[in-house]
This record gives sequence, structure tokens and C-alpha cells, in this order.
Amino acid sequence: MRPVAVVGIGKTPFGAFADRDLRSLAVEAGRKCLEDAHAKAGQVEAFYLGNFAGPSFVGQNHLAPYVASALGITGVPATRFEAACASSGSAFYHAVTAVAAGIYDVVLIAGVEKMTSQPTAKVAEILAGAGDLCGEVKAGATFPALFAMIARRHMHQYGTTREQLAAVAVKNHSNGAKNPYAHMRKVITMEQALNGKPVSEPLTVYDCSLISDGAAAVLIAPLDRARDFTSKPVRVLGIAQTSDRVALEEKDDITTFAAVKSAAEKAYRMAGLGPNDIQFAEVHDCFTIAEIVATEDLGFVKKGEGGPYALAGRTCLRGERPVNASGGLKSKGHPVGATGVAQIFDVSQQIRSEAGERQLERHSLGLAQNLGGSGATAVVTILGAA
Amino acid sequence: MSAASSEPTPGSGTVYTETVVFSPPEAFASDVPYQLAIITLDTGRRLTARILGPRAVIGDRVRFVEFRNTIPYFRKSSSS
Repeated sequence: MRPVAVVGIGKTPFGAFADRDLRSLAVEAGRKCLEDAHAKAGQVEAFYLGNFAGPSFVGQNHLAPYVASALGITGVPATRFEAACASSGSAFYHAVTAVAAGIYDVVLIAGVEKMTSQPTAKVAEILAGAGDLCGEVKAGATFPALFAMIARRHMHQYGTTREQLAAVAVKNHSNGAKNPYAHMRKVITMEQALNGKPVSEPLTVYDCSLISDGAAAVLIAPLDRARDFTSKPVRVLGIAQTSDRVALEEKDDITTFAAVKSAAEKAYRMAGLGPNDIQFAEVHDCFTIAEIVATEDLGFVKKGEGGPYALAGRTCLRGERPVNASGGLKSKGHPVGATGVAQIFDVSQQIRSEAGERQLERHSLGLAQNLGGSGATAVVTILGAA
Repeated sequence: MSAASSEPTPGSGTVYTETVVFSPPEAFASDVPYQLAIITLDTGRRLTARILGPRAVIGDRVRFVEFRNTIPYFRKSSSS
């Protein structure tokens, strides 16, 4: 397998953009990415698009060639990947494996979602399609409800508290306020986070990520061609995607995501690294509890210690291992199909020393963790300076 | 055609985890707030169900009441 590098990155701001359609967002991210890599559309040998629910949110199908052709990319494979909130993480994983295997040299991966044209209850219903419609969803589960049940069980087994959950929200809003691409650039206090409107007990609005529009794109190439495109290549040191059961009720222990653990183990093995080597991470904080569980499943702390780890400030911008320096899904926004590639963008930006006010002191080795549904898909990527 | 006639009655079980939903999907807008739980049935199988009546917490014993539109409803056992 050949080493692979990220040689270009591009992203739209995330937010609620009434005047933007899905394609224009994806095209903006793709153009910025190609410009960043000094690449032309004609050099792209395959296009991988992550999108969760374009057909439900905006009614458009056949999305990959629809977006690719608007970027001037035709005559190559253009395919959409759907893996719930891990859709573009999955697209990135499959693109990397194809380049590593020598099938292509230059591949563009984009992720996009246009969510805000639907009312919140309809969005909840579309998102619930990532769960089991014959069981949990039929009974009335939304994604906030599923993660609320994970939070309750985590609290029961490990003594995790509301304050620990709130600490994740406060930190991520503080980071996102420094991110010009973030959806909600607003600092919140612990008191606010603890007294938010309930969504699904024990989770309040401040525990939930945002409903956003947005897109992100990255260009990859074999490492030995990376300097054709950029002076700052970012190497893919390890990557894995794994799967698990869709329904929460079918998992033995809902306080851990088996797919995240197995993807992390594989990615660490491929990179020849362990959790202690990781300097910073972008993790999938679709809900505050998900960040706490992620820090445990990735091996940053022991099982059950994710809550105290967050509350003690060890994952802050100036903490020992910053988590979600971008603001995370909580503050940056969560256009679900864009999130996986946006995480690769954010980790790459840190490695390239382009993160502005959020720039971390130790930034040569980072990890991205993208989660689909309540854990049925997980993608873990380890990136390093090349 | 209902699941009620084709599925065996779930019987009773113990609350594994639970939540109260305030922000519902479109289909259940008139039900809020409602309690949802994953129940470990006495057979060992887990089931996502609604809880009727008094709030049940993790570890509470619950018993099956009925299916409504194929959704299983449970109630906290009076002994717990």
C-alpha cells in the first residue's frame, strides 16, 4: 500500500443559509479545495461524495455526478457514500484505500448537507432514519433521545454528571467562537449550559449539535506526488472504518461504541502509534455525551473517566490534549454529510499551522473520529505532518 | 395484522436506560413529553418501549401493558 497525503483542503462556512442550495455549497468547498492544491478539475481521477440525506432534505438524487459536473469533473467515477453522520468520513476512507492501492492518484472527496430548509421536527424525523425504524424509531426515539439514553446509562455506571456534560459544551463554544467558519460563534457559561431547555432528559439544547448547512472538501494524492500540489502535505498515517449494529437496544453496553474502539485500534496499528502519541483530536460530539464516550473509546482516558477529564479542562485549547479545537459539531455546526471531511479539514489546518486564534502549540499529529448514527459506523483517521 | 397478535407478549422486565422526550419527531408531536426506555426483558432480550404512568428509572421493574399502533407500552410495577 502506498502512503497517501491530503494535498488540498476547502470548506464553506457552516450555518443556516436560506439562499444557498446543496450543490452551490458543495461546489464552493470543491473549488476552494482545488485552488488550495493548485489543481485543475481535469486532474481529478475520481470523485467521492459524502451525503446523508440529500434526497430527503432537498429532494435531489444522483448527487455525486450532479456536484462533480458543476465542478467541471466528468468522465470519471463519481459516487455518493451514505453512512449516516459518518457519510463523508466513509467517503474519505474509501478514497484513501483506492489511492493507497494504486487505482487512482488524484481523488477529490467532498461532504455536503443542506438541512435548514426543513422545520426542526421534520429534520428530527429524517435524522431518525439513521436508526432502526422497526424498533427504537417506531417507539418514538429521536437521535437526542438515543444519546440521552446513552448519557443516562453512563451516569448510572460511572457517576458522570450534568456538569461534566456541560463542560464539553462550554469548551466547544469557547473554541468555536474563535472559528470564522463556525455556525454559532457564541461563548456560553456553565450556568447557561446547565439550564438549557430540555430536549430529551438529561440533554438540553446546549448538549446537542446544530442543524446546519455546509460543505467541505479535501484532495488526496500519493505522498510521493504531494509536492506537485502543496508545500504543506498532510500524511494519512492510519485510517480505519468499522461497523456495528444499528439499533441501540441490540448493543450489550451502550456506554461504549464498539465500532469506534475497533476502528481506533486498527488506525493506531496502521500508524504504529498509540493514544498517548496523539497531540490533539477532532471527535464526533453530535451530543456532549458522545465527546465524553469518544475520549474513552479512543483510549485517551480509561472507561468512565471521560467526564472528569472534560470537567478538569484537560481537553481545552491549552489543555494537555485539546479536543475539538474547531468548536466541534456543537459550535462549528453539523451538516451531517459534511462532518467527516470537515474534521479532516480541521485537523489538516492545525497541522499546516493555519488555524489562526485556535492554533495549537503541539499540532504535528492529530486524530479525527467520525461516528454514524448511534455507533453503527465509525471512521478513525490519524494525520501527521509529512 | 398488528404486531400485538403476531408477537408474543413481552411480559415484564427491568429498565436498562430511559429518557423523557420533549422535542419529538413530526409523527409524535402530540405525545410530548413522553418517556422512552430500553427494557431488559426477563427473557434477556432488550426492547425499546414507552413507559405509561409514573416515571420509571434505571433498575425499576416494569410490566407490559399493551401495543398501540405496534408500539409496546410498559408500566412501572407497583412492587418496585
